[in-house]
Amino acid sequence: MIHVLAFYLFAILVVSSGALTILSRNPVHSVLWLILAFFNAAGLMILLGAEFIAMLLVIVYVGAVAVLFLFVVMMLDIDFAELRAGFVSYLPFGLLIAFVLLAEIVLGIGLWSAGPIELAQRAAPTAPDVSNIKAIGTLLYTRYIFLFEAAGIVLLVAMIGAIVLTHRARGGVKGQNIAKQNRRRPQDAVRNINQPIGQGVEL
Amino acid sequence: MIGLQHYMVVGAILFVMGVLGIFINRKNVIIILMAIELILLSVNINLVAFSAFLGDLVGQVFSMFVLTVAAGEAAIGLAILVIYFRGRGTIAVDDVNRMKG
Repeated sequence: MIHVLAFYLFAILVVSSGALTILSRNPVHSVLWLILAFFNAAGLMILLGAEFIAMLLVIVYVGAVAVLFLFVVMMLDIDFAELRAGFVSYLPFGLLIAFVLLAEIVLGIGLWSAGPIELAQRAAPTAPDVSNIKAIGTLLYTRYIFLFEAAGIVLLVAMIGAIVLTHRARGGVKGQNIAKQNRRRPQDAVRNINQPIGQGVEL
Repeated sequence: MIGLQHYMVVGAILFVMGVLGIFINRKNVIIILMAIELILLSVNINLVAFSAFLGDLVGQVFSMFVLTVAAGEAAIGLAILVIYFRGRGTIAVDDVNRMKG
């Protein structure tokens, strides 16, 4: 009973906060609704017994992605009222597309029957006495180690790409050039002169 | 009792929300990126639901890769957004076709 209640709570909250994400007037509110959607999706994953994915959703999506969105929304000085101009005129067409898509998906789910499932053919059956996190860790660091490293490379490329894209050399900023300092010799910088009395120094 | 189909319906509704968000916020690329995040979230819900009801952990491993790609996509997308805004002073994506490399 409590399972059913929790499912409907999380499901209704995730769907309604998803709707408010795309309908909000203010993009900061959109990001906050997105964060709520992520939290409730994490709740759904907990109900399914996937604690590791739920934790990852909270850490990665809420902790990194949503905060990144929030930073960008607040950093850029954007006239959001102007960007909303075509909202009403796009709405009927968008709703039509959404309705057709939803009807197709629901029809597909309703008519779907996968036939008998060969439970012996599962690639990595869940053991009843091993916790979810331990089982995923064992799987990820043994059989899927190369895929795991490929995911790491994807993240590395994304990080370097984001830095390269947004980095710019600012003008008018003084920085220390250590190589130039080390190249400097006394004969370039110091000069001995016999200064006559009563005259200024020529620089 | 809650079955696989309940989770699939939640995933489907969330997916459609994401697609609708792309259609109705055609100028605001930040909301479009958030809508793509919603779509990827619905994909994750589907993968984890199937994984749980089948008793096969590979779905959850794959869902982790989807999450990785989503994080990378958000980082790159927002970086492109920042340089686009720096160059033009607006993020309306109607006139992106004027962007030259």
